[in-house]
Amino acid sequence: MSDTTHDGALATSRPPSADAGLSAAELASKYGLSVSGARPGLGEYVRQLWGRRHFIMAFSRAKLVAQYSQAKLGQVWQVATPLLNAAVYWLIFGLILGAGREMPKGVYVPFLMMGIFVFTFTQSSVMAGVRAISGNLGLVRALHFPRASLPVSFSLQQLQQLMYSMIVVFVIAVSFGNYPRLSWLLVIPTLALQFVFNTGLAMIFARMGSKTPDLAQLMPFVMRTWMYASGVMFPIGIYLKDQPQWISDVLLWNPVAIYMDLIRFALIDDYGASNLPPHVWLFAVGWAVVIGVGGFVYFWKSEERYGRG
Amino acid sequence: MADNTQGRVPTVIADGVHIVYRVNTGSSGKGAATAALSKIVRRRKGDAPGVRRVHAVRGVSFTAYRGEAIGLIGSNGSGKSTLLRAIAGLLPCEEGKVYTDGQPSLLGVNAALMNDLTGERNIVLGGLAMGMTREQIKERYQSIVDFSGINEKGDFVSLPMRTYSSGMAARLRFSIAAAKDHDVLMIDEALATGDRSFQVRSENRIKELRQKAGTVFLVSHNNKSIRDTCDRVLWLEKGELLMDGPTEEVVSAYEKATNG
Repeated sequence: MSDTTHDGALATSRPPSADAGLSAAELASKYGLSVSGARPGLGEYVRQLWGRRHFIMAFSRAKLVAQYSQAKLGQVWQVATPLLNAAVYWLIFGLILGAGREMPKGVYVPFLMMGIFVFTFTQSSVMAGVRAISGNLGLVRALHFPRASLPVSFSLQQLQQLMYSMIVVFVIAVSFGNYPRLSWLLVIPTLALQFVFNTGLAMIFARMGSKTPDLAQLMPFVMRTWMYASGVMFPIGIYLKDQPQWISDVLLWNPVAIYMDLIRFALIDDYGASNLPPHVWLFAVGWAVVIGVGGFVYFWKSEERYGRG
Repeated sequence: MADNTQGRVPTVIADGVHIVYRVNTGSSGKGAATAALSKIVRRRKGDAPGVRRVHAVRGVSFTAYRGEAIGLIGSNGSGKSTLLRAIAGLLPCEEGKVYTDGQPSLLGVNAALMNDLTGERNIVLGGLAMGMTREQIKERYQSIVDFSGINEKGDFVSLPMRTYSSGMAARLRFSIAAAKDHDVLMIDEALATGDRSFQVRSENRIKELRQKAGTVFLVSHNNKSIRDTCDRVLWLEKGELLMDGPTEEVVSAYEKATNG
């Protein structure tokens, strides 16, 4: 008999041997066993995450494709959805409410479209982030991978979605007389920074959402408030020109407004630097670094507990 | 079996493991919104409102050695699968610790697969989710398809998984999961699904995997497969370890208890 039969608590005692007197922890260290599911150090965690980059890419692409796979038009919806979305906003804010005020139509329509798409990029990353862990608990409880793969992968999915929207944006920009020029290249660093910012935010909300799934119900209202405060469908500077300067500066320095205005500045000829708040690139980089790195560390701190739900 | 444990290398040590699930029940009980609100207001100390604690595993300790095949038995809801997840490090322990050699893995990739994707894409996705490299997947792709047998009735691998029959889908899932070799392998019951010929194939594959793995845990309600594959059995009941010993001894005691 190798293992004697016991009841409950006595089951740890083993037959007499060299290891008999050792406690579980001593035995573990003697044979080089490690605590299962322990959180790796930050550097090691980054390395593991990098090792899973193919999974992250495949997962985000799979989610993107699966989204419209039951529709008859299939992937056409990737472009049709943002287009329809933009059309609705243009109908209400452009035609009915005339929110552009003194902006010429050739500026306002691309202004509105870019605002909507850039804001949607952050909005949907946050919403996907909230459900990244709580909505994939089955996966978290079945397989091993750095949990940050999930929020990162959902943000990547939104980035790919945005690429389709950008096609629409470019077409609209050109059709209102804004032809490609050198400043269009600014779109690349701007979206890269926004992606880092979004991913950080998604990780923050992924951790909070894993503890409190109710956030998924609350966030749409928070995001809508944020949208109206960021000047998506109206120029903040023009609307608040009778108010003290600092109010519009604060609104313009909010991260989404920064990224939105940089895209508009890059693509619309008549949307000059005067529409940008001071130190705009500093803020664009600052937001990305602070939220990106902060969100990652905040998410990592809870790594070993995501399986609990 | 030897009378001492000298020369035996432990691969998994569970030391007084407790696992508690927290279940969000929302507004449980009578009434809906109002009851939920009053619960939030009359917050009890300790847990958040609307949360119930399920104590699934209560103080389980054991040591598993290299080369052992250990069966886990017990009635439904006795904490077998939960214990496996804790050993794999997927569920955090409330109290106690699990020490392991390397990374134990659960056999199964169901959660990573997507019904709207084709079989092809699911094989790649599932393989990546289990931590295989793209090269390894490419190398084993054909054998996964062949093993699952889903292409026997036409080119099904290029169709979305939702178009498969339930048996075909289960076969593909098993084939993906079984494509990887594991160090400490944990198998949760009811894997050998599908038709008779596939059952035989999957049983053989599990045997192969077991031979390659250092230590194997098997959760099953089939006492015959436990007797066939395991040399040691843990009997869990209500989250407590009732018995731990050689297969025949524990399984007969379990049978006596459940039949009588």
